[in-house]
Amino acid sequence: MSQKERKTPLVDELEKGPWPSFVKEIKSVDNPKAKDLLGVLERSYQDKIGHWKHGGLVGVMGYGGGVIGRYNDLPDEYPNVAEFHTLRVNQPSGWFYTSDVLRKLCDIWEEHGSGITNMHGSTGDIIFLGCSTEELEPTFAALTELGFDLGGSGSCMRTPSCCAGMARCEWACYDTMGLTHDLTMEYQDELHRPPFPYKFKFKMAGCPNDCVASVARADLSIIGTWRDEIQIDQEAVREYANSSELNVLEDVVERCPTGCMRYNGQLEIDDENCVKCMHCINVMPKALAPGKERGATILIGSKAPIIGGALLSSVLVPFLEMEPPYEDLKELIEAIWDLWAEHGKNRERVGEFIQRVGLGNFCDEIGLDVAPEMVIQPRTNPYIFYEMDTADY
Amino acid sequence: MSQEVGVEEVAEAMFDLVKQTHGKKNLKPMDLIKAMIQKFGDDRCSKPLCKKAIRELIDGGRCIYSYIGGSYVTLPPEE
Ligand code: SF4
Ligand code: SF4
Repeated sequence: MSQKERKTPLVDELEKGPWPSFVKEIKSVDNPKAKDLLGVLERSYQDKIGHWKHGGLVGVMGYGGGVIGRYNDLPDEYPNVAEFHTLRVNQPSGWFYTSDVLRKLCDIWEEHGSGITNMHGSTGDIIFLGCSTEELEPTFAALTELGFDLGGSGSCMRTPSCCAGMARCEWACYDTMGLTHDLTMEYQDELHRPPFPYKFKFKMAGCPNDCVASVARADLSIIGTWRDEIQIDQEAVREYANSSELNVLEDVVERCPTGCMRYNGQLEIDDENCVKCMHCINVMPKALAPGKERGATILIGSKAPIIGGALLSSVLVPFLEMEPPYEDLKELIEAIWDLWAEHGKNRERVGEFIQRVGLGNFCDEIGLDVAPEMVIQPRTNPYIFYEMDTADY
Repeated sequence: MSQEVGVEEVAEAMFDLVKQTHGKKNLKPMDLIKAMIQKFGDDRCSKPLCKKAIRELIDGGRCIYSYIGGSYVTLPPEE
């Protein structure tokens, strides 16, 4: 029936050309699920609609997240992908694996599922695509035996993720991998048992370069920073100045967004006015480094939905030291969750909730003092009245 | 002063509520928590207690989490 060779002329177009092709990859999988998967896709291209439904009653015992139910709406025609659920597997912090563990993960997936993966999903998890309902528990059991667990989905804390931080990067202002692991362990309940109005994502970036796009894609962005002076090696600056590869004035000083740098044989930085954009440090990595007093800025409220309404995060706490056991951070997280879980509307992200209730009220309710760093731009509305102590800023 | 309610009692009351509303209204974990605190009073019932009760219902298989455009606590599908 579905085993017969299907013709997929539209899908085949995506195999042409010199670039990597997901069609080529799926065709190389020798099982009926892969064949039906391409069949459904061809059918979708012909009909100009997707033939997938998602959600419903599917998961592993005790967990409210980690499995995303997928069913196709033409099960008689494509029976091998009638159930084609997605499993989210919690990735290790920083996405470090041994080749041995990767082979074992693939073996599990070939035995129990379609053999098709997606490394990694946008939240960071390892994605196993195409599990039948019957195979969910055996796959989960094999994964846990290997030391892996499912990640988050639905109205859960989503699997926290981070940049490689101190494991590979000299700019890391705190241990992103350590914090990610710590939060994952501390909030197992919130990861597996959906307690919120909607999803909640953490992303840990070690410095303002923000390689994990935390500022755009996390409900709580934890971005490494420093609060003292940028470290300068004047000799190395002069080496850059004397080399032909860089013009320190044009390429560095004049591109500082706040104009807080001067160079006259000696580099001077007015650190009070540095906004930690990382430009100068990125361009002269041998001469400059973040300061020594390091921690993170906590920002709240971004989301990057597929359809519309993207938000960037806003500063919530300008500077927080990031040392285990991260008590201040956890106190803040729990205050945010308590308020949002109780008063958020169904499917309202925390950023939208803040837009609805106002950042001032939100901060009041979670017991956080306002700080000038929270203000994005000077006021333009004359009908806002400030309290005297706020006006001191 | 009043004594905290037992987890089983809260789980039972939650289960009754899920059964009563089945097919009419889907309840999120927070809806259940608010309903229980209202029923038993905040001096006898708390969020952590309600979370334990939900866990008991789910781990015991009497209820499941289901995703219907949001995560809800529902009865398992009929066999
Ligand atoms: S965000 Fe910063 S610390 Fe993390 S990998 Fe990128 S440059 Fe390095
Ligand atoms: S980090 Fe950015 S703002 Fe700060 S001194 Fe360098 S270029 Fe200027």
